[in-house]
Amino acid sequence: MLLAETQVAQHIAFGVIAAIVVGGALLVVTTNNVVRAALYLVAVLAGVGASFLLLGAEFVGITQILVYIGAIVVLFLFGIMLTRAPIGSELRLTGRGWPAGLAVAIAIAGVLGYALIDQFGNDKLPPGSQQYTAQVSDSIFSTYLVPFEVVSVLLLAALVGAIVLARKE
Amino acid sequence: MILHWVFLMPAIMAASFVAILAFGKKLPRKGSEIGIAAVLLCIGIAVFSAGTWIGHVNDAHHSAAAPEKVTQEAETGNGQAVAAGEIESPVAPITTEVTWFEIGGQKFTVGTLVDGLSVMMFLVVTIISALVHIYSTEYVGGDRRYTHYYAFLSLFTASMLMLVMSRNTVQFITSWELVGLCSFALIGHWWEEKPNSDAALKAFLTNRVGDVGLMVGMITLFWASGSFDILRINQMANAGDIEHLLLLVAACSLVAAVMSKSGQFILHTWLPDAMAGPTPVSALIHAATMVVAGIFMVARFYSVFFHGLSIGDGNLNLLAIVGGVTVLGGAGLAFVQNDIKKVLAYSTVSQLGYMVMALGIGAWTAALFHLFTHAFFKAGLFLGSGSVAHSVHSFDMKQDMGGMKKVMPRTWATFMVCTGALIGIFPLAGFWSKDEILTGGHMLGTNNSYEIFMVVGIIGAFMTAAYMTRCIYLTFYGEPRGAAADPHHHIHEHGKAILYPLYVLAFMAVVAGFANWPFGPDSLKLRFEHYVQPVGDYFPAVGALEFNVYIALISSAIGLLGIAVAYAYWFRGAFHGATEKSRVARAGHTLLVNKYYFDHLYTGVIAAGTAGPVARAANWINQNVIDGAVNGTAYLARRAAHVMYDDVDQKVVDGIVNGSGAGAEGSGQLLRKLQSGKVQQYGALLFGGAVLLAGVLVFTL
Amino acid sequence: MLINEFLLLGAALFAIGVYGVLARRNGVMVLMSIELILNAVNINLVAFGALHQDVVGQVFALFVITVAAAEVGVGLAIVLLLYRNRQSIDLDEVDSMSG
Repeated sequence: MLLAETQVAQHIAFGVIAAIVVGGALLVVTTNNVVRAALYLVAVLAGVGASFLLLGAEFVGITQILVYIGAIVVLFLFGIMLTRAPIGSELRLTGRGWPAGLAVAIAIAGVLGYALIDQFGNDKLPPGSQQYTAQVSDSIFSTYLVPFEVVSVLLLAALVGAIVLARKE
Repeated sequence: MILHWVFLMPAIMAASFVAILAFGKKLPRKGSEIGIAAVLLCIGIAVFSAGTWIGHVNDAHHSAAAPEKVTQEAETGNGQAVAAGEIESPVAPITTEVTWFEIGGQKFTVGTLVDGLSVMMFLVVTIISALVHIYSTEYVGGDRRYTHYYAFLSLFTASMLMLVMSRNTVQFITSWELVGLCSFALIGHWWEEKPNSDAALKAFLTNRVGDVGLMVGMITLFWASGSFDILRINQMANAGDIEHLLLLVAACSLVAAVMSKSGQFILHTWLPDAMAGPTPVSALIHAATMVVAGIFMVARFYSVFFHGLSIGDGNLNLLAIVGGVTVLGGAGLAFVQNDIKKVLAYSTVSQLGYMVMALGIGAWTAALFHLFTHAFFKAGLFLGSGSVAHSVHSFDMKQDMGGMKKVMPRTWATFMVCTGALIGIFPLAGFWSKDEILTGGHMLGTNNSYEIFMVVGIIGAFMTAAYMTRCIYLTFYGEPRGAAADPHHHIHEHGKAILYPLYVLAFMAVVAGFANWPFGPDSLKLRFEHYVQPVGDYFPAVGALEFNVYIALISSAIGLLGIAVAYAYWFRGAFHGATEKSRVARAGHTLLVNKYYFDHLYTGVIAAGTAGPVARAANWINQNVIDGAVNGTAYLARRAAHVMYDDVDQKVVDGIVNGSGAGAEGSGQLLRKLQSGKVQQYGALLFGGAVLLAGVLVFTL
Repeated sequence: MLINEFLLLGAALFAIGVYGVLARRNGVMVLMSIELILNAVNINLVAFGALHQDVVGQVFALFVITVAAAEVGVGLAIVLLLYRNRQSIDLDEVDSMSG
């Protein structure tokens, strides 16, 4: 159908997702309330997961929701709690080096934007680029088996390291 | 043969010197026995040498075949009889030589040269030295430095013997200086009294002035001939291998040495002062032997003088003029002396002038014959005066002597004989020798160019006669004065040690003249000349002399006239008061008393001028110019150092160093800000760098 | 769908995340910003995987997620230690390594 070819629905969906992601990100980096920053981070992460689904990467999208929002944000909240960060929004949380950061960020955005537009101008995604979970698992457990194992060891190391660092003497 | 061993004589005397110094004091006669024994031994060797030499000369004549006989001719054929009957063949001198060391190809040797001249000198030196040794046992007996005296007598004899047998100029100069040293030591024997040490110094230093001439002359001869060997130098000079100018320079320089050593004018001033030494020393050194060293030198190097000063051409030369002036000057001064030894000293000066004059006109044999005879009678006169002085303990004739004839007759007798020889009375020794000199003045030289010297000699003979008569009168005649008249002091003749030498010398004064007897067959006449005068390629052709009866008569007459005049003045009181009456006479008298003002010139003008203004000027130059330059340089160096330090070092160099340090610190402070410790700042820098790189990548590729 | 839509989204997220890393005072906030950056990268990866019809984009993104999880764990442990030693996690005060 004509509607299917122009993919209007996808575009609208993408627009909404993009707005959530960018808006949430901006709020993360500007808010003075730590807990709210964490919530805004949840929004960002959810939006990113949605965009994964839009791209047809179902396994990664689900994993994103599961791992990031489910575990990492909780970890953040524990960290906030343990470091007695003020729950309320009293203090400014923007450091003294923010002009330099702004400049760098804008520079990055400019360079990247230009490079992308210049290179990928009007390339279209092929339609129906869905990739099945089965293909992903096949790839992991055959071609990228070694990196998979290494990553497992890395997780173990991180686990042990975090415990060692954070234990009381 | 013995002539090869003549070096034993100086060796024995040197050993005696060492022995006397080493253990003379312990001996019963305090060392004099060693000296006397040694010198008597040397007389034996000398006599033996003389005999051998005479045999050698005779052999040379007999072995030379008749056709080889060479006639001696005067170089310029000046009208004298061509050596009538004088046929001499070359007689080689006997030589020995040992190489001492060698530098750069130049050998330095030591050796002996024996010919007639040397043998004649051996006899003179040893005989008179022996007589003086014996005389001194009584004269200086009991002296504070008796042993030392004998030691130096031995050393002197050794040096003099070495001088007369020297083979080369180095040896010659060495013994010349040694002889001067001994003279110095012996003149200053009683050096505790200042005049004596002054006299010794005067003698040595005046001789030193002449030694400059000696050195210049000998060095010139070395460079001219390339050799130190005396024979060789003479041969080359005789053969014309040395440039005439060099010979002239050498001869004139050596004349300076003769002037100082042999008491010629103008360097004669030391000889009278040297009488401060003991009388035997005066007899030995300053009458008979050392002062004739200069004559000996001229005789030895005669080729150099003969050709250098062109004596053969009848040239009026330096040597003859110096000699002539000395004859008259010395004789003049002898008139005004009150000290008997000084009279004899000036007489010696005058007689040495005769010898030098004779050499200067080419009468070689005459000069040396006069040296021979003079040694004996002058020594006799000195020892006689010593005998007299020993009695009255004074040498002053005017004050302490007079009428000594009565109390010391033997001394008087010998003194009279020797005086007669000195004046030249026939047939005593001086007559023959002085007469030969006068004859030389007459016969030699071209166109009677040397006649003037004969006149000088005759005048000198007159003066000699006069002053000696004065001396005799004041000493032996008249009324005793002063110490001679002292009633407490009994004056008498002395012992054998003093008298016997006087007898011997008086005897020699009589017979020595017959050595050159000019008459008779060839085998008898002119023996002195025959054996002493060298014949060979090293000796020039000097003119021969004939006995001239007229000159003999004239000189005898003049001598007698001199005696007569003086006799009239002193014995008879004539012409007294001449100096009071005549201003010229008085002025002349003053001039003589002040010894022609030579001493004033030397000490007052030359020495004082050098010690005063010249020394001050030198000091000024040293202090201001030289020290000024040194100080100025130091000042400049210090200023430069200040500049270097203050400006260059402190400001520039330190500035650079400090500046670099400050720069490093400043840049460090700047860079320090990068290390703020803030992680986010590091992160900003990282990301910024990455963006830049990305930008570069994107926009250029 | 234009690929550029996703890529530009990723670029924007990345820039915002960089700003957050450099400008936030709270250590935990910095970690959150790092998460933003990592997510931006993930979007890029998956987008490119979809473009080239290759499953490796997803695989890589999975690994990134895993590493991010490990990193957050260790990072929070460090922040905890920082809090224990200084009683504050204000990054502006952490400059004892300054020269």
